[in-house]
Amino acid sequence: MTEAASPQDSPARGFLTPEPGRGGLASWIFSTDHKRIGLLYLTCIMTLFAVGVCLGLLMRLKLMTPGNTIIAPQTYNAAFTLHGVIMIFLVVIPSIPASFGNILLPLQLGASDVSFPRLNLFSWWLYVTGALVALVSIFTGSGAPDTGWTFYVPFSERTTTNVSVAVLAVLILGFSSILTGLNFITTIHQQRAPGMSWRRLPLLVWSLYATAWIQVLATPILGITTLLIFSERVLHLGLFDPSRGGDPLLYQHLFWIYSHPAVYIMILPAMGVISEIIPVFAHKKIFGYKMIAFSSLAIAFFGSLVWAHHMFTSGMSDVAVLVFSFLTFIVAVPSAIKVFNWLSTLYKGSISLEPPLLYSLGFILMFSIGGLSGLVQGAAGADIHVHDTYFVVAHFHYVIFGGTGLGMFAAMHFWFPKIFGRMYHRGRAAWAFGIIMVGMNTLYFPMFVMGLEGMPRRYYDYLPQFAHAQFISTVGSWVLALGLLLMFHNLYAGLRRGAPAGPNPWGAATLEWSVASPPPKENFPEPPVVSKGPYDFAPREHHV
Amino acid sequence: MSEKAKDYAGAKLGMWLFLFTEIVLFGGLFLLYAGYLHRYRADFHQAARDLNTLLGGLNTVILLTSSLCVALAVTALERGRQGQCLLSLALTVALGLGFLVNKFFEWSAKFSHGLYPGSAHLHQLPPGQEVFFGLYFAMTGLHGVHVLVGAGLLSTVTLMVRRGRVRQEDFVILENAGLYWHVVDLIWIFLFPLFYLIT
Repeated sequence: MTEAASPQDSPARGFLTPEPGRGGLASWIFSTDHKRIGLLYLTCIMTLFAVGVCLGLLMRLKLMTPGNTIIAPQTYNAAFTLHGVIMIFLVVIPSIPASFGNILLPLQLGASDVSFPRLNLFSWWLYVTGALVALVSIFTGSGAPDTGWTFYVPFSERTTTNVSVAVLAVLILGFSSILTGLNFITTIHQQRAPGMSWRRLPLLVWSLYATAWIQVLATPILGITTLLIFSERVLHLGLFDPSRGGDPLLYQHLFWIYSHPAVYIMILPAMGVISEIIPVFAHKKIFGYKMIAFSSLAIAFFGSLVWAHHMFTSGMSDVAVLVFSFLTFIVAVPSAIKVFNWLSTLYKGSISLEPPLLYSLGFILMFSIGGLSGLVQGAAGADIHVHDTYFVVAHFHYVIFGGTGLGMFAAMHFWFPKIFGRMYHRGRAAWAFGIIMVGMNTLYFPMFVMGLEGMPRRYYDYLPQFAHAQFISTVGSWVLALGLLLMFHNLYAGLRRGAPAGPNPWGAATLEWSVASPPPKENFPEPPVVSKGPYDFAPREHHV
Repeated sequence: MSEKAKDYAGAKLGMWLFLFTEIVLFGGLFLLYAGYLHRYRADFHQAARDLNTLLGGLNTVILLTSSLCVALAVTALERGRQGQCLLSLALTVALGLGFLVNKFFEWSAKFSHGLYPGSAHLHQLPPGQEVFFGLYFAMTGLHGVHVLVGAGLLSTVTLMVRRGRVRQEDFVILENAGLYWHVVDLIWIFLFPLFYLIT
């Protein structure tokens, strides 16, 4: 992706210009330029996304008909484990912060780079190392991990598959995530341009700020949890082993203390992206700036206190269940604040229905469905019924794929002309969006129904009563894949042959649009002085 | 890699954030400790008697002294006394290594009594005692790794001070390494009573 931009009819290529005296690949993988690092991340994340999608398609293909079809049960177990590990730790967690966050954060702050550029490059190297170790865990030892991405004990302690290596990969990836978060917090505190007060921060920056705090404060718990699984397996510490006095429930607590806040690491940056896009295409100042910024922090805070809602059926006290259920409902409030503010921004706006806005609207729809279905599981009583069923799978994919995924695609369509200086085919982008939406809903909505009817997640086989819904769901996976192919093809074509886009094709007001596209290597030829807010748009001229 | 004006406050902020993550990393283990102490109070008291309070106490003194040394090293460089700074740093590293030597003897004694993770002897003890020793090895082990890393870090900084790369006008690296050492010390201050003094 990154190497492909051809120089022909683009006037200046900014930071994409090959560096004299440094070889092609080396000028990227050893670059401390935040924009190049962001693109490195984007390339890796999208590659691994493709791998994750293929594993998903494989699972759906297996589930199309009941019985022992194309893959064996053990392969199926490995497939859903790898799908989870890859999608969670290698794709969704780094998705927007590591790629677009890296590219945009300094630009939006009016800075020349992040606070620690070399640490930033080191994070990327850790990410790549983690990805390679994950790869090693698949192909070495006695089989790919089969525990599911949650690595629940006691099974993860006893399975003979290559869990030890896989958890090391997760540990390394966690470290990478921590360093990115640390870098972003410091950058936001220290690198703001003169005049860039906290109240003038673009909302993407606010959401990255909230995300970074979760990354810094929650991820170490993942670190210790994976370290403990590793030591349990290798040293037989026995801390989670009931036969040695340990308690598996404490593993679940530790795991979710990280892994629940982690879903806010996944969704908050996407919310930031949507908050950037909507005012631009409504051509109207964002409604409720302060509340959107505040709700990001509120989500980060309350989201850290709800982890045990994953454990309602695990055997906690009733008091704990009620407290965590209540706190879970509280998180819905700041999330709803955001949705209402986006809709209010659109209300009476001068709306241009460009691809980035389409994907953002898709986000709002899918996130609302996913978010509300989350409350069904947050309610302690209802959760007993839907726990560990397809309902959870549907909920999670609506929120994370329909939310973060579409948010990521929205970001790709919104900042594409900024990063590459070219424009993709907008009609095709809209078509791809439509197909993706149809595919996604056909794929995941039947899972809500199946879940309510009692279809357990992660099962290799199912009762005949689920055959229809399973079949529809598999067809949906093909439609979705088709839409994704069209979208990526369209972006790739835009990268190669798109028309020059100019510095500000959408008429946006944040700082990154004030420099050339692609941005010059040093970001701002003159250090900027900020004198207006991020959504104070110029009077409307007609944008093509 | 264009050289920018050095951002001291930024470098310190980044270090403090990193130290938070270290505390949270150990926090997971402290959480387990709290949960199991609550469940196996009597077993924990019994098992703690097997630990050598004298060696543990000695190690506490060693680490506290080393923390003092590193603080002296920072102050010395701040005042431009490079030689004094180097001496203090060397002393810090030596004390850190002394701590590890102590730890080595302590662990060896445990091992020779059949007390090591996954041992048959441990498995015959009541479950609470087995968990106690599981936590003991996990937490002091992870802490030992941190001492090792800290000693390595301080040795590197010592070299940098000698070569003048860290000096009176630019000593944030020394300060940050010192902060790291203090956190390693701080964690031990909590580990010591939790394992040695709860008999």
